[in-house]
Amino acid sequence: MVLKRSALIFIFGLYLSVFQLFSQSEDVRVIHFEDLQKQINKITDTTLVVHFWATWCRPCTEELPDYEKLSQKFANKKVRFLMVSMDFPKDVKDKVELFIAKNSIHSEVVLLDEPDYNAWIDEIDKEWSGTIPATLIVNLTMRKRIFFEGQANMEKFMEELKEMTPIVGTN
Amino acid sequence: MKKLYIFSFMGVLLMGLTAIVAFKNSADSVIDKGYAIGDVVSDFNLKSASGGITSMAENRSAKGYIIVFTCNHCPFSKAYESRIMALDRKYASQGYPVLAINPNDPAAYEEDTFQNMQAVAKSKGYTFEYLQDETQSVARSFGAARTPSAYVVKREGDKFIMQYIGGIDDNTQDANGVTKRYIEDAVNSLLAGKPVVVNLTKSVGCAIKWKGV
Repeated sequence: MVLKRSALIFIFGLYLSVFQLFSQSEDVRVIHFEDLQKQINKITDTTLVVHFWATWCRPCTEELPDYEKLSQKFANKKVRFLMVSMDFPKDVKDKVELFIAKNSIHSEVVLLDEPDYNAWIDEIDKEWSGTIPATLIVNLTMRKRIFFEGQANMEKFMEELKEMTPIVGTN
Repeated sequence: MKKLYIFSFMGVLLMGLTAIVAFKNSADSVIDKGYAIGDVVSDFNLKSASGGITSMAENRSAKGYIIVFTCNHCPFSKAYESRIMALDRKYASQGYPVLAINPNDPAAYEEDTFQNMQAVAKSKGYTFEYLQDETQSVARSFGAARTPSAYVVKREGDKFIMQYIGGIDDNTQDANGVTKRYIEDAVNSLLAGKPVVVNLTKSVGCAIKWKGV
């Protein structure tokens, strides 16, 4: 019985270490608002989708795999997905990296370490109340900017994104 | 000629009336967003974890209230729990007690059932009323969207007037890293008979789970 249990623990440990090996490639960078703002304000013909979410936000975690699917659909287009986690910086390994590994999220994920929300929420959009999920789509060369709060209507979102996607080469 | 004047006068009146109706409609949609600063806050009767029903009017010695929509399940609410308790310890005796209101649909979050509210209030030793907004109508009238969402109301005669809407302070994760204490500043101003300087802030939290949505 004891042997069986220790064998189980051993297998579990092995599983964990293999898991960790794979999840190491999914390092989540902790950034500040200045960095995020630079990326949003960068003049480029690539459309940027900035999606605010957190592992503690259930509507967000329900929806994140849909964003992942969408990002795969636009993989060969000039669209960049940036998933901005609002988790606490102390949870970056145990919660955020674990979540993205478990859910096979390959989009770029960063953690925004900027606790004074009131100082920067309006900079993203005046209409943003602070509720997540929230999404900003921006293409400065096309002078287009869309912001919405709450879960997305993925079909409508895809149509909007198509309109904001510069055509690249041949399909 | 006189008739023409009357007609044109009536025309202007009609235009004005239409404008008022149109304006009223747009004002209605603002009301959906909840109270604004300076608005009269409707009283409520909510079930308290300590037993009985609580309203704002019943505490005659209250000069106002610190009202916090919060809950059991949300990590951001948990991060603020001890700070909410400290606010009540500091301000209840000065006439501004805390009223905590849980607006979540307990069917969505097991942790937010009334029984679990009672258990948390008891085990943590809440000195303030922890109320359940069963119909979610109070949260809707306040325009609360997240937990925690904080408000300060001030009694003026029989009425309660909205004075502050927003976050508790500027650092959810680290209480020691706080530099701006929005609620404390607001209540301190009111106690000194001054208007609240920063009366509107934005914050992040857990979206309130509405029933039937």
